[in-house]
Amino acid sequence: MARIIVVTSGKGGVGKTTTSAAIAMGLAKKGHKTAVIDFDVGLRNLDLILGCERRVVYDFVNVINDEATLNQALIKDKRCDKLFVLPASQTRDKDALTVEGVGKVLNELKKTFKYIVCDSPAGIERGAHLAMYFADDAFVVTNPEVSSVRDSDRMLGILSSKSQRAEKAETPIKEYLLLTRYNPARVKLGEMLSVDDVQDILSLHLLGVIPESQAVLNASNSGTPVILDDASDAGQAYADIVDRYLGEDTPHRFIDEEKKGLFGRLFRS
Amino acid sequence: MSLLNYFKRTKPNTARLAKERLQILVAHERSARNQPSYLPELQKELMAVIKKYVQVNQDDISINYESDDDQETLELNIVLPEHD
Repeated sequence: MARIIVVTSGKGGVGKTTTSAAIAMGLAKKGHKTAVIDFDVGLRNLDLILGCERRVVYDFVNVINDEATLNQALIKDKRCDKLFVLPASQTRDKDALTVEGVGKVLNELKKTFKYIVCDSPAGIERGAHLAMYFADDAFVVTNPEVSSVRDSDRMLGILSSKSQRAEKAETPIKEYLLLTRYNPARVKLGEMLSVDDVQDILSLHLLGVIPESQAVLNASNSGTPVILDDASDAGQAYADIVDRYLGEDTPHRFIDEEKKGLFGRLFRS
Repeated sequence: MSLLNYFKRTKPNTARLAKERLQILVAHERSARNQPSYLPELQKELMAVIKKYVQVNQDDISINYESDDDQETLELNIVLPEHD
């Protein structure tokens, strides 16, 4: 049975696309056929983060409008043959996505894919609504920062009232917290909300903490999902998240400040 | 400033402040979210009916909705104008 995952947050710039690219690649590398869809119509960026921007021919809206088949529009990743990308359209037409159209594409994908990752745009407009509407699981990406936490809570309200599962009174969407750009040193100084603080406020199941990391910018610069940088803290944190999502009991890391020994201090800045 | 003061001076814990502000805000927004969607409309219509008989302002009518596990309460409070 295919599962649809929405990566959402409400607020922009918290790491939705980075997360979508990383977990889609992670699931594919585990051998699951995975599709990742960019729902940010007009502001396509997932292709850039995944490094396939020059291979985009057809997009999501072309498939909805029957201007291209799904197979024509899906871009197969060059590093992992289980990963496929469906890019967003660059149209400025706000109504390009429809419930029927999105439902049709997702149903088609469900026939052959194990996981379908929906990269939601920021905000609570049409694109964000449709990205979460058909979801089975929601990854709520949050920064330890007041506006992000508030917007995440707002998004939780929308997930529990405006999704297809809510409308049909089915089992609700499973919601998971992904805390990104976490800086344990600042938490220790009382300058940043801690994991526990955010969990107290949102009451969500924590899937993982992604530390603030230089690896993320390096990864997006080169169009490589950060999970492929398996020497990096952020890469390992995303790998843990994929493991936990797939049911493995992986202990949480990157929550406490790393204790640097003398060598660490000397050689790792 | 003495050396002792320098060590005594502690930075304010802004994270704690952030948590307190968020807890209040989120609780408030959640209670508003769980209200029935007809509430504003109901308030408007009640207002119109009451105005037909008594001269009251918008602020003189309040509708509160509360729910817990086994019951929902709709509380309507109208402050009537004082007679001179």
